[in-house]
Amino acid sequence: MRDIRLLPEPFVPEMLVGPFIEANPGLGGVCTFLGQVRAEDRVEALELTHYEPLTRPGMDELADRAFDRFDLLGLLMVHRIGLMRPGEPIVCVSAAACHRRDAIEAVDFCMDHLKSAAWFWKRERRGGEWRWIDPREEDHADLARWQDTTEVAQKNSPV
Amino acid sequence: MSEAGGSVEIVFLGPLAELAGTQRRIVPAPLDWSGLLCALEPDVAQQVAGARVHVACAGKVLSDKTLLAARAGEEVALLPPVSGG
Repeated sequence: MRDIRLLPEPFVPEMLVGPFIEANPGLGGVCTFLGQVRAEDRVEALELTHYEPLTRPGMDELADRAFDRFDLLGLLMVHRIGLMRPGEPIVCVSAAACHRRDAIEAVDFCMDHLKSAAWFWKRERRGGEWRWIDPREEDHADLARWQDTTEVAQKNSPV
Repeated sequence: MSEAGGSVEIVFLGPLAELAGTQRRIVPAPLDWSGLLCALEPDVAQQVAGARVHVACAGKVLSDKTLLAARAGEEVALLPPVSGG
């Protein structure tokens, strides 16, 4: 079962993960990652921009690769766009599998790619001023862990 | 009306929209790489020419952006480095 969404409005993760688990009968394990806007250092808001013709197809491609790479029963991948406040969920990835390792690694794989190899642009507002966020070096290093010679280069992805 | 003419829409993403002061700009078709750079402010053109900015035409990211050849009705997206999650 595959559920990929771009959401312009706030979401309640439990409302998505609960039905997702129920939609994958016979699973042996589920791993879920939830990312939220950090409430720190005067961050007032976060805004995520996307590009319709590329962002959603890119997420579908990423899901294809996760299914190819790991033994999955289901994958839920939800990403916010638009304006968010501290404490609001930004991203939720949940993977259902027969065995825990596939579920855990699939979530890790999807998150590393959503952070620095998916078509999103993020900026934050502090003290009334907007600032664009560049991917960190760690994000690129995280991504590099998954690159191997058997993986076909994805022409429509940012890296 | 002549078949020639028509337009190409340039879409500025992320920080490039801020730099350009707009999210979209309509320019005459066809549009190639040098035409694109001419259609941009010098500081935007400089960024777009750099290695970190990708260019998509009609929903496909170009593996070599200097081979851009956008026809009437197509959309050209300027894609700076990404950050999600």
